Amino acid sequence: MNKTKVKKMLFILSKATIENVYAAFIMANGARMEGIESEVFFTFFGLEAIQKKKLNNLHVATVGNPAMHIPTMVGGLPGMEALATKMMKKEMEKLDMPPVDEFLEILSASGVKLWACKLAYDMFHLKEEDLIDDLDGILTIGDFYNRADQDGCQIVFI
Amino acid sequence: METLIAGSNVKVNQEGYLLDFSQWNRTIGEQIAQAEGIVMTPRHWEVIEWLQEQVKADKALSIRGIKKSGVLDIKEFYALFPGGPLKISTKIAGVPKPKSCI
Repeated sequence: MNKTKVKKMLFILSKATIENVYAAFIMANGARMEGIESEVFFTFFGLEAIQKKKLNNLHVATVGNPAMHIPTMVGGLPGMEALATKMMKKEMEKLDMPPVDEFLEILSASGVKLWACKLAYDMFHLKEEDLIDDLDGILTIGDFYNRADQDGCQIVFI
Repeated sequence: METLIAGSNVKVNQEGYLLDFSQWNRTIGEQIAQAEGIVMTPRHWEVIEWLQEQVKADKALSIRGIKKSGVLDIKEFYALFPGGPLKISTKIAGVPKPKSCI
């Protein structure tokens, strides 16, 4: 049986760079696979990951990311982000990591609840049809806190 | 270590996964399922057999693989084996627990 005392993982995804989106998705899916409830709240730039037209065009950040080991000036050259993204996607495919749209389908089918942040949704002037069909709803941060409704809940900000 | 499941002595690891698939039979699978709170139906066995075939064919098991399998979808997988479908189903099937994070 499960030894973990974690019963529910609540993720707040505020960024749209590939490494952050995948971190959130892998942890959300990993929780379900361990029998832990799991939900993701997409806010600010994190909303890009659930916008139909944008979600498959997310990029790796090549500027301001020392772990990329490319000089900042070079990272800022045209095409660098696209190139680094292409290389990273190739490596991810090797490990059988699904693309963003397929990953969202997997999360939803696995019972992960997907929420959009009301404030950011209004701020970016989004419409419901801009967002994925699998979305469970649009919440305020207060609503989201109320999803932490039992012992053993963890809220993680990404 | 060795343990007694359904009247047979079998080798298992710390988490209770069988170490030698040749020692597996349905009665043992049934007993492991029961300990996990699952009542096996013909549909459960179909999925278990499919998992065993995948392992025999040296294919890595993952949740994405379930989605692509054409045998069952992810929703059904969670409904059949609630509380961690891949780790519970592999335990019942007598195959190693998948090491993948996805």
